[in-house]
Amino acid sequence: MSGALFLGWRYLARHRFKSGILIASITLMLFLPAATRLLVQDSATALTARADQTPLILGARGSELELVLNTLYFHAETPAEIENRTFVEAQSTGLADFIPIHSRFHAQGAPIVGTSLDYFDFRGLHVASGRQMGLLGECIIGANVARRLGLGPGDSIISSPETVFDIAGVYPLKLTIAGVMEAAGTADDDAVFVDVRTSWIIQGLGHGHVDLAEPEAGGAVLSRRDGVVTANASLTQYAEITRDNISAFHFHGSAESFPLTSVIAVPPDQKNTALLRGRYQDNELLQLVVPGNVLDDLLETVFAVQNYVILGLAILSFATIAVITLVFLLSQQLRRGEFHTLLRIGASKGYVAILVASEIGFVFLLSAILAAGLTLVTRYYAMQILQTFLTL
Amino acid sequence: MINISELAFRYRGRGSNLESSFSMQVQEFAVPLGASTALVGPSGSGKTTLLGLIAGTLRATSGSIIVNDQAITGFSDNELGRYRIRSVGQVFQAFELLGYLTVIENVMLPWYISGNGVKADIRKRAADLLLDVGLESKQSAMPGELSQGEQQRVAVCRAMLNNPPVLLADEPTGNLDQANKQNVVDLLVEQAKRNNSTLLMVTHDESLLNKFDSVLDMRNVAQPLEVKSQR
Repeated sequence: MSGALFLGWRYLARHRFKSGILIASITLMLFLPAATRLLVQDSATALTARADQTPLILGARGSELELVLNTLYFHAETPAEIENRTFVEAQSTGLADFIPIHSRFHAQGAPIVGTSLDYFDFRGLHVASGRQMGLLGECIIGANVARRLGLGPGDSIISSPETVFDIAGVYPLKLTIAGVMEAAGTADDDAVFVDVRTSWIIQGLGHGHVDLAEPEAGGAVLSRRDGVVTANASLTQYAEITRDNISAFHFHGSAESFPLTSVIAVPPDQKNTALLRGRYQDNELLQLVVPGNVLDDLLETVFAVQNYVILGLAILSFATIAVITLVFLLSQQLRRGEFHTLLRIGASKGYVAILVASEIGFVFLLSAILAAGLTLVTRYYAMQILQTFLTL
Repeated sequence: MINISELAFRYRGRGSNLESSFSMQVQEFAVPLGASTALVGPSGSGKTTLLGLIAGTLRATSGSIIVNDQAITGFSDNELGRYRIRSVGQVFQAFELLGYLTVIENVMLPWYISGNGVKADIRKRAADLLLDVGLESKQSAMPGELSQGEQQRVAVCRAMLNNPPVLLADEPTGNLDQANKQNVVDLLVEQAKRNNSTLLMVTHDESLLNKFDSVLDMRNVAQPLEVKSQR
């Protein structure tokens, strides 16, 4: 028995190119449907898990999917903005805890999420090193961002320029990293969190510059009339908020009109949930969505596509098996002389059958191991791939 | 000792456009233990068939073959397989080495089939046999890297691995040049003598007959009953 296995193994090893092609074909045949199914299942589980942890999302009317993906995964495709007033008014109802989200900007490839400290309690996020953000211009970064960029507490990260071709526009803001969060295995690991007011400064709604009453601002002052000072674009704005200049930062306009991308609503019970949903049901400008329902609709489509993909792969697998069988039968015919020699030397027909079976077994075993390995690797990276896809 | 008596064999083959039958009968035939015997005769006289019957790869229709007191004509297929592994060494005209095994693995092939014995001992035995035939440096070579004479020497080593009491060679020099023919026959006779094996070799080459203890002409021991071939 072991002799037949050895001969089978040696045959495959000697014809490694042919064996390699067979193994690669069968590996792909096993791997593709398995990986497709696993990827879809894992993605569905991950998507629905985060969605189910988020009871309601309030946002502007428009694409529900964009609103949910931006709120849950900080997807780059931003939904229409709502005013901070919506958040304030919602809070005043007392029907739920509300958490503002302003996810529109990026810093070195990571989404910047403007929010409140309630967000961290809501998601169960903890600081691994450093401290929670406290001052304007501070941020706290996800574990993946810290690892990828090699950053830690005390370092800084710069927001991406939003107005590259406007020299008088908003310049990137240098954010001081107050802390790094523990890895949570979610989209939060890949984000840079700031206070929502800091995100408004990044947007240019607030800024800091030298006091226009001071003489050094003189060159930038266009006029002083009735206590209103008008400056031109040469006025130097601070690109970093420090303890020395934080008092110079201020906002123009009413904070209630400042933008948010969404508001997470966490009602305490079903009754408040129903009341909240009713409140926004007929609102022409706002929508209150249940993220789980939105993603279920998406997943229904994904599962339907998955079934078609697997059907296609099954047909392809059938064709592959047919070709492999043909190749194998032709190979056996070519090897009839070898089998005859073995029989003449003293091997039984059973021995020859074991030899042939061992070759088939080795090919399928190696293919199965490779397919399983590839599937595990794919599964390992699936969430990262999904995360990348969702934040693109 | 190989004793054959009242042996009859009938073969009827069928192909797409060829139908043939072959029958032969051997009245009495004996080869003494340890002797080397050349089996000669015209084509179709049943030399290869007789070797096949003694090796147990063909089954006699009637009669008996007794090899070292074993009546192999009564053996089952599995018993014949074991008999071939333990008692018969065979050298074929076309060498029939397995191209995906190294030289020493080819010599060890009977062990890979039977699994009898300790691998290390068998490997040493194979290496010693290769040393005897001057191929000790080619142990790890593949058969395709050897000359035809070297390949046949490997085939002789393979046949000798289990110290078989019977050594059968079916025109083993048919594909070799004159120098290699002499060498291979010398090797077979020498190995058979060293191992006290009974050597039975089919040959058409009369120049080799003087190397054997005896020569048996199939015309004197067997009568082809019918040889028919029609398209």
